Amino acid sequence: MAEKVLMKGNEAIAEAAILAGCRHYFGYPITPQTEIAAYMAKKMPKIGGCFLQAESEVAAINMVYGVAGTGKRVMTSSSSPGISLKAEGLSYMAGSDLPCLVVNIQRGGPGLGGIQPSQADYFQATKGCGHGDYRMIVLAPSSVQEMASLTIKGFDLADKYRMTSMILADGTLGQMMEPVSLEEAVINDYDKSWAVTGTEMKRKKNLINSLSLVPEELEKLNFERYEKYKLVEENEVMYEEYMMDDAEVCVCAFGITARIAKNAIAMARAQGIKAGLIRPITLWPFPEKVLEEAADKVKGFVCVEMSMGQMIEDVKLATKCKKPVSLCNRVGGMIPSPEQVLEKIIDADKGGNE
Amino acid sequence: MVVFDKPKSLADVPLHYCPGCTHGIIHRLVAETIDELGIEGRTIGVAPVGCSVLAYNYFNCDMVEAAHGRAPAVATGLKRSDPEKHVVFTYQGDGDLASIGMAETVHAAARNENITIIFVNNAIYGMTGGQMAPTSLPGQVTQTSPYGRDTNHCGFPVKVSEMLSQLDGAGYIERVAVNNVKNVRNAKKAIKKAFQNQLDGKGFSLIEVVSTCPTNWGMTPVDALKWVEEKMIPYYPLGVYKDRDAESKEEA
Repeated sequence: MAEKVLMKGNEAIAEAAILAGCRHYFGYPITPQTEIAAYMAKKMPKIGGCFLQAESEVAAINMVYGVAGTGKRVMTSSSSPGISLKAEGLSYMAGSDLPCLVVNIQRGGPGLGGIQPSQADYFQATKGCGHGDYRMIVLAPSSVQEMASLTIKGFDLADKYRMTSMILADGTLGQMMEPVSLEEAVINDYDKSWAVTGTEMKRKKNLINSLSLVPEELEKLNFERYEKYKLVEENEVMYEEYMMDDAEVCVCAFGITARIAKNAIAMARAQGIKAGLIRPITLWPFPEKVLEEAADKVKGFVCVEMSMGQMIEDVKLATKCKKPVSLCNRVGGMIPSPEQVLEKIIDADKGGNE
Repeated sequence: MVVFDKPKSLADVPLHYCPGCTHGIIHRLVAETIDELGIEGRTIGVAPVGCSVLAYNYFNCDMVEAAHGRAPAVATGLKRSDPEKHVVFTYQGDGDLASIGMAETVHAAARNENITIIFVNNAIYGMTGGQMAPTSLPGQVTQTSPYGRDTNHCGFPVKVSEMLSQLDGAGYIERVAVNNVKNVRNAKKAIKKAFQNQLDGKGFSLIEVVSTCPTNWGMTPVDALKWVEEKMIPYYPLGVYKDRDAESKEEA
């Protein structure tokens, strides 16, 4: 076990990326994630890496596209409005089957919104950021430790499936400090024979491209890509179950709200209400199976979200609306309190008894 | 004895360009340069969105297709991935480079990004069927300026070479044309220098090539070449706009 150090969530992401072998970072300043860029600016030149402040989010994601095309690990980070700007590039990354890691430290929206934490980019991350049919692997850490470990995992999954991994965190996780142990990452060797690194006159040229003008061919590419996505859905779902063994009310929350939910569950149990938590760690692929199974056991679900209710749609789909699903939410940079969650748990417990 | 041959780094496939379009000539000049410098095996080209979107099919080196206007940013990533090995060029039209991609263009120049940009200026959007470009001349009739480009309404053309030459970061900026043999020879020299500069680590080079679009200008290929001489070149004078290397030699 590596020694524990006290770090901000944003810094943990940056250090973990370096441990994962990422030597190229491109970004544009935006609150509340700028610590990532600052950390990279300091570290990269010392380890033979490249930190470059781009002229825009649009340029940054396209610089990422360039390095990703050469088969090297590369990342960018931003916060909500900046991710909107990167959406174009993310669609091109998907269309060209390029791996990269993108971090979204969410803030309140829409528009310029605020700079306080939010989870309102769930739709954007899980339903497709840019145009066209595509998916990103979306990882939702709920501690500083997970900010690090899921960054390392994200790079691996990106390389494995040749797609974008997104870390979907929020301003709270980005800014808060916790002890974290940073261990050497295992860097798997994936095939990169598709990369553009110069032919050296030894092989046929490689092409990184998302243009396909023949409908039959473009259709085939889409079907093939979705076959790949199916593999991700089958193999890469991650979630945490907490006190679900005897649970009658299932709270569903990701990221920082899952931690609040745990407090509320302790309070509920103190009152004799058997509450538990299912915390999706991968938001895509979504842990549908465990939720569907829970639907046969519990009275109802409570979704705790810092949005107007986005993940709740996936919970309803996964549980096939077998049991009532209620929403406990705050938005605009406000964070739900354990008491607020408890109230909803009590309601769900009563509702289930009716 | 072979006195004239197809460049080896140019793919042996038919080009899709319209009759009389000068993209073919410019492709050839780039390919000749790659051959002569012996760099095909370490070159990565970036194609734009526009008429030359399929340029990735025409060069034998590794190629990348960029989003509209983003080629200089993509090239930045490709170059910085392995600055010693990779020779990176972009091939972009006027809509791509001077309209939607202006920010990427200016900042790549400002950073003195060690890449080579071939900028083809034919004063119109060709691929989409002849709309007004950032470089369309005042009074020029296009699909979206059917009464002629009215500068009171939509402003003036962008003189990219003049503008970029004001940046300290830009290393070498030259405007050439390919409307006659003499100009083609000059264009070749400029393009070769722009690649050589990159090999020598001299930073950002951009060659603006004044080109034609007979189809969307509504002219015969011959008239289009005449229009380049009579209308385009007077507005976009040919010549070296920036050569930091030569300037520093003069100072010394």
